[in-house]
Amino acid sequence: MTTQQTPPPGLDTGIVEGLLKARRFFKPKEVSADLRTLHQKGGRDADTFYRDRWAHDKVVRSTHGVNCTGSCSWKVYVKDGIITWEAQQTDYPSAGPDRPDYEPRGCPRGAAFSWYTYSPTRVRYPYVRGVLLEMYREAKARLGDPVLAWRDITGDPERSKRYKAARGKGGLVRAGWGEAVEMIAAAHVATIADHGPDRIAGFSPIPAMSMVSHGVGSRFYSLIGGAMLSFYDWYADLPVASPQVFGDQTDVPESGDWWDAGYLIMWGSNVPVTRTPDAHWMVEARYRGQKVIAVAPDYADNVKFADEWLAPVPGTDGALAMAMGHVVLKEFFVDRRTPYFVDYARSYTDLPFLIRLEPDGEGYVPGKFLTAADLPPGTPGRGEHDEFKTVVLEESTGAPVVPNGSLGFRFGEAGAGKWNLDLEGVAPALSVADAASAAAGPGAVPDAVPVTLPRFDTPDGAAAEIVRGVPVRRVGAHLVTTVFDLLLAQYGVGRDGLPGKWPTGYDDATSPCTPAWQEAITGVPARKAAKIGREFAANAEESNGRSMILMGAGTNHWFHSDAIYRAFLTLTTITGSQGRNGGGWAHYVGQEKVRPLTGFTQYANALDWSRPPRHMIQTAYWFLHTDQFRYDAFTADELSGRPGGRWAGMTTADILAQSARLGWSPSYPTFDRSSLQVVDDAEAAGQDVGTYVPAQLKSGDLRFAAEDPDAPENFPRVLGIWRSNLLGSSAKGDEYFLRHLLGTDHSVNASETPADKRPRDVVWRDEAPAGKLDLLFTLDFRMTSTTIFSDIVLPAATWYEKYDLSSTDMHPYVNSFNPAIAPPWQARTDFEAFHNIAAEFSEQARAHLGTRKDLVAVPLTHDTPDALATPSGIVKDWKFGECEPIPGRTMPKLVVVERDYTAIADKMRSAGPLLAELGATTKGITFDLAHEVDLLRDLNGPARGGVAEGRPALEQDRQVCEFILSLSGTTNGHLATAGFHTLEQRTGQPMADLAAEHEGKRIRFADTQAAPTPVITSPEWSGSESGGRRYSAFTINVERLKPWHTLSGRQSFYLDHDWMSEIGENMPIYRPPLNMAVLFGETPVGERADGTAGTTIAVRYLTPHNKWSIHSEYQDNLLMLSLSRGGPAVWMSNLDAAKIGVSDNDWIECVNRNGVVVARAIVSHRMPEGTVYMHHAQDRLIDVPLSEKSGKRGGIHNSLTRIMMKPTHLVGGYAQLSYAFNYIGPTGNQRDEVTLIRRRSQEVQY
Amino acid sequence: MRVMAQMAMVMNLDKCIGCHTCSVTCKQAWTNRSGTEYVWFNNVETRPGQGYPRTYQDQDTWQGGWTLTKRGRLKLKAGGRLKNLATIFASPKMPSMSDYYEPWTYDYESLTTAPAQQHTPVARPKSLLSGKDMNISWSANWDDNLAGSTEIVPGDPVLAKVSDKVKLEFEQTFMFYLPRICEHCLNPACAASCPSGAIYKREEDGIVLVDQDACRGWRKCVTGCPYKKVYFNHRTGKAEKCTFCFPRIEVGLPTVCAETCVGRLRYIGLVLYDADLVLAAASVPDEKDLLRAQRDCFLDPHDPTVVRAAEAAGIAHDWVLAAQRSPIWSLINDYEVALPLHPEYRTMPMVWYIPPLSPVVDVVAETGEDAEDPGNLFAAIDTLRIPVEYLAELFTAGDPVPVTNVLRRLAAMRSYMREINMGREPEESIATAVGMTGADIRGMYRLLALAKYDERY
Repeated sequence: MTTQQTPPPGLDTGIVEGLLKARRFFKPKEVSADLRTLHQKGGRDADTFYRDRWAHDKVVRSTHGVNCTGSCSWKVYVKDGIITWEAQQTDYPSAGPDRPDYEPRGCPRGAAFSWYTYSPTRVRYPYVRGVLLEMYREAKARLGDPVLAWRDITGDPERSKRYKAARGKGGLVRAGWGEAVEMIAAAHVATIADHGPDRIAGFSPIPAMSMVSHGVGSRFYSLIGGAMLSFYDWYADLPVASPQVFGDQTDVPESGDWWDAGYLIMWGSNVPVTRTPDAHWMVEARYRGQKVIAVAPDYADNVKFADEWLAPVPGTDGALAMAMGHVVLKEFFVDRRTPYFVDYARSYTDLPFLIRLEPDGEGYVPGKFLTAADLPPGTPGRGEHDEFKTVVLEESTGAPVVPNGSLGFRFGEAGAGKWNLDLEGVAPALSVADAASAAAGPGAVPDAVPVTLPRFDTPDGAAAEIVRGVPVRRVGAHLVTTVFDLLLAQYGVGRDGLPGKWPTGYDDATSPCTPAWQEAITGVPARKAAKIGREFAANAEESNGRSMILMGAGTNHWFHSDAIYRAFLTLTTITGSQGRNGGGWAHYVGQEKVRPLTGFTQYANALDWSRPPRHMIQTAYWFLHTDQFRYDAFTADELSGRPGGRWAGMTTADILAQSARLGWSPSYPTFDRSSLQVVDDAEAAGQDVGTYVPAQLKSGDLRFAAEDPDAPENFPRVLGIWRSNLLGSSAKGDEYFLRHLLGTDHSVNASETPADKRPRDVVWRDEAPAGKLDLLFTLDFRMTSTTIFSDIVLPAATWYEKYDLSSTDMHPYVNSFNPAIAPPWQARTDFEAFHNIAAEFSEQARAHLGTRKDLVAVPLTHDTPDALATPSGIVKDWKFGECEPIPGRTMPKLVVVERDYTAIADKMRSAGPLLAELGATTKGITFDLAHEVDLLRDLNGPARGGVAEGRPALEQDRQVCEFILSLSGTTNGHLATAGFHTLEQRTGQPMADLAAEHEGKRIRFADTQAAPTPVITSPEWSGSESGGRRYSAFTINVERLKPWHTLSGRQSFYLDHDWMSEIGENMPIYRPPLNMAVLFGETPVGERADGTAGTTIAVRYLTPHNKWSIHSEYQDNLLMLSLSRGGPAVWMSNLDAAKIGVSDNDWIECVNRNGVVVARAIVSHRMPEGTVYMHHAQDRLIDVPLSEKSGKRGGIHNSLTRIMMKPTHLVGGYAQLSYAFNYIGPTGNQRDEVTLIRRRSQEVQY
Repeated sequence: MRVMAQMAMVMNLDKCIGCHTCSVTCKQAWTNRSGTEYVWFNNVETRPGQGYPRTYQDQDTWQGGWTLTKRGRLKLKAGGRLKNLATIFASPKMPSMSDYYEPWTYDYESLTTAPAQQHTPVARPKSLLSGKDMNISWSANWDDNLAGSTEIVPGDPVLAKVSDKVKLEFEQTFMFYLPRICEHCLNPACAASCPSGAIYKREEDGIVLVDQDACRGWRKCVTGCPYKKVYFNHRTGKAEKCTFCFPRIEVGLPTVCAETCVGRLRYIGLVLYDADLVLAAASVPDEKDLLRAQRDCFLDPHDPTVVRAAEAAGIAHDWVLAAQRSPIWSLINDYEVALPLHPEYRTMPMVWYIPPLSPVVDVVAETGEDAEDPGNLFAAIDTLRIPVEYLAELFTAGDPVPVTNVLRRLAAMRSYMREINMGREPEESIATAVGMTGADIRGMYRLLALAKYDERY
């Protein structure tokens, strides 16, 4: 059998073979027969090193506690009392036999976390800035009291300026915990006594990821009356379109539900980077035949997986989505009526509801919803809150009908059992043209009229108009059409016989919203846009709504992102994909689901002791308090659909002040007087505050602080930050923070607003304040810009050194934190630190505060009857005599809260009486907690002493975990079931069966320690997980006919508030990125210029998420820096780089009016021309040299951005456009920004 | 027949998201210590790119692996073993620190200890070799996601072989990730290079280890390994390499890199092979035959003859059972979707790869055809965004046929399963067109898509 011609295989020479054969005899190992290699059997002494290295003493379950949506359970390895490394847990309960599982969740950033434990950037001891500590010690020695000492320093302009100007410039010195806490407490006590508690603020984001750590500080601030700053809107992660369309903050599918989709578009969502542990679901679903589309301006990590890649010009995604909507509406609604889509639209959307048309010039404009109040008395459905009951036309009779489920049925007696989506046999006409004409009133009624619609597709984004017609009917005195008819007009989908200007076809580029029209804007080929839109809808039609869009920060961080998102939501809604497993929107931008929501809310807001808390919209807070409003160069009407309208002459600051005084948005500090003083003054005047305050406001003797933010009495005085790096990360307009809030060095290049463009109503003070804040203190385990600039830094425990709870949208489990080691050095948990502060505060309060009455001004709140405050969204301002100031209607509600400042510590450590007395209300559903509180007392044991005596103890973090789990429906089957029974009474629909399978289940902390624990279907959320289903938002709404929390009770395409009309956004519309050249005089993108410092090019400046630092760890991590470029970097196209002579890794400088960034260039052909990326959260601490431009440290990624508030984000007091914490508020968007870039000297100085 | 057992890995590059979790967990567990700062037993490379250490695949320069003599005998490319022994004191042909990278840290403590000063404190980079300030200009992953592409990608040795196919322009951009560990070769060049006999292949599972007591630090192994997966610990003066996490494998746990892979793309299993066939397989004259030759070394664990021979060779019964349920066998020999990395190095590597499929339809879609039509999917393979030629240079010594066949099978799986997904009857013809049955496709789908923990390892 062997071939004789070929020599047998062998090694190179015979001599070597001889040598190697000999080796057989003197080596313990075995040489292979062919002499190639050695084998060894048994005897493992040589392996000892690696065996020893692997050996460990224990493995502890924990996770990472801020921001990251992963909520990944980790194994933390411990050897000899030292944390060695971490690896992912793989013990998630299975997602089902026919689909992948969640193991092993994690990412490289989480895997690098343990580096912090012993790293040289760890904060080991409390620190105070030396210059401040010296002053404090001197003053305290002289005055003998901490509060007097603090007042002595901060009341002295010279000393005060001295320590503030030293912020951020080194000079931190060690202090003891006792002294540091004493100073913090003194600052709080003095500020409350002198200025009022609402001059104090706390900031800590994203509670879902470590509920106790967040909640404990929030509880402290809530008890003393400080304001907790929002984060979801501030981070620009809140998709404002969600409250607008769904009446819901955000509710999205878990990643396991991506698997169910037949068609998946990743739109501005770079899943492998930003949702690393979830990305496999997308990757694997492709094998199931899912078609995957990536929409990304660059060749992002996710594009590799996509079947098709669309690369629109950044910020133009709305145009692409509108064009896809055009195709779907034309082909699936007009050319033929797709039964599934039409049925869905009738039941679950406002498309068939009637809109009144108002005469305007020779035509009409869309107006308000027709409501039951417009129908004759006696019409079925009329009775109470008629102005909030929207109306349809019955198709077969043409008669107006008031269907169940609108807001008017939600709160009154008569609405009980009728707040549901049961059409009770009525078939609403989608178009008024479909309805029989019986409803036509007397007189001639035209079949159709022209309506004037706004458009913003001009090159500079300025408003223009287009006239298109809609079919009409008359109902009573009103000419009406449906939302559907208007939407077709808005999308340019013509029908025979309608007046106006319509596109001639898909290839008509002159008329919005055709595929060709979008091509001119986005650069995406028209045919491709049409094809993807068509496929998306066809897949939904065939699969009953299993078409999904994952939408991310790439589309959500723009000034007009709500408009972009409404165009997306139109696609998912008209295709019947919302509320379907595998379909709908999947917004993954900072969305963090506190699954055990009710218990958490009670704890964090201290609702067991006092209600309500102060919650503040953070974007607005910093817009005023960092004086960014002083740099606005335009008036608000420049953003509106009809310039010169109601906002003429008003700046954004004026808009904000109006929103505050009308009670739409929270505003802290509220008045130009201490909130304690106002109550005293009212009592002195012998009036209750409800009488006294409106009268004082009307007379002008009392003013809203927002109307004069630069008055010293209106400054924020104390800011506490934990679990966050405000100044190195989220601070849009970072340099303005340094200048005005902190009073230290900065690199602001902008000029203040010229006199003719200054606010109309808000006071302009000639000298801008510097150093408003008296105390900035931070708890952290690592050094950040925030700790560097803080007056006091406390050493915090890491995530591997404490007990806590975590949950997320992305998976259905509750996870636990457990300490692998005790906090080393002098670190303490956030829980302990805030208890320390509270104890010292309570002690100091005995002499300086005692018990006080505090006036809390509460905005009109979502999911309460406050949503009925503004019929038809018609705005009236008492300041201008358009109405009376009526608390809770035309201005904030006024609630007096009695605060025993000496009892704060006792309240912190025990569950208060209001749980049992008032229950807990989440999203309008009240849970009776009396029995559960009794059980909790048995579980945790009673606390002893003071007001805590006999109450359930909350003295340890684990006890708080039990509190949260016990008092939430998702983790307590009794509450879930009871909550559904409550909801049944309002909806008249069966619901309690959804939780019945788990009614006896109470998840305890020990369960979460054993393994990630699946939660229970609860009315706190909108998706059903009964029977092991994957979570998808709104499945309960669709399947159980539960209304959305909107005006119509349906998903809302049309918003009829005055301000929505004013800005031109009644309906989805394309709005381009802000034109910074027009608004601020920045250089237009693409322009190159030769200057003395070198050639510059103007580029779009984007700050997407960094592959090497998101959430579970940070940019300073050595492992992550070693895997990347090791310092600050800006990605740019090779084409742009060539224009300014930049090579890869060259030092560059970016300069615009807001500040300066020094970084290195990463040059790559995967970047589009004209756009650069400076990835998010690149702090100034790592290898950042001095800037040539400013001579100062080269800034953070947000040194080039600033706050830009969209007026409509400040709407309140009306249906779903009513305030709730992190539910509505102006976003801290930052993507419309531009900058100049140039190559700088490569010799850098530090 | 001499049956031996080999622990092996398959990585499905089609699922790799390039997150580098594997690198980090591996480094944390094994090499975050003095002397190995620059060492990544597991690294992930962006392709096209230069890799780590840079240009390691250019064997004209680095002289790794084996070559065939004119007589058809296998010889270490670096010069054969006699030369190796004769030049034991000579500086071996190996990458310098700058080809890996100069590891660094920062003076982080200055952030806390900075005295009152004019400017905000900053942590500057410091070399972990010299302790001095440094200018960071290269790292183990410097060209991640095509960073610096226009300057760096032209230096990719693999790209050099297919460069006429690739334009570095935005519209034509492609990239994928290549995670790499030690190949635990059947014919390890590192072991053959070691003058001290310190590198050995474990009898029972084929894991290649450096005997830390026997290593004398000659570094010939670094030269010999064409994958540059043996590293020199400059503190201990010994060679170190990926151990396939043997302390974990021995107790039934997957390797760290595999278990922590959030892309769920790594498979581990036992493969039975005929040790008597290895040398001949490694010596086939045509490089393009190396894939088939290596596949032929593997023994069907379900074959009763093999089972008997394995037991005769002292392989425990439960190991045979493990080989029978090994996903590696399925992926390499049943479904034939896994391919070896650089078979032309003739080391018979035992970490195999499923090449990346996507994105498939892009170019076809431009023609306006329906991308979901199975026929079009197959047609699209020839116009992939990632050039098949590039993949072939990585996995099949330049032969595009096996790569195309794998991609066709993956594409067929998507088409076939879409029918089921949408509630239609699946078309058997889709399976037949790629030489499979519907049952085969469903089996492959189970392994690749559901990828349950118990079936990955």
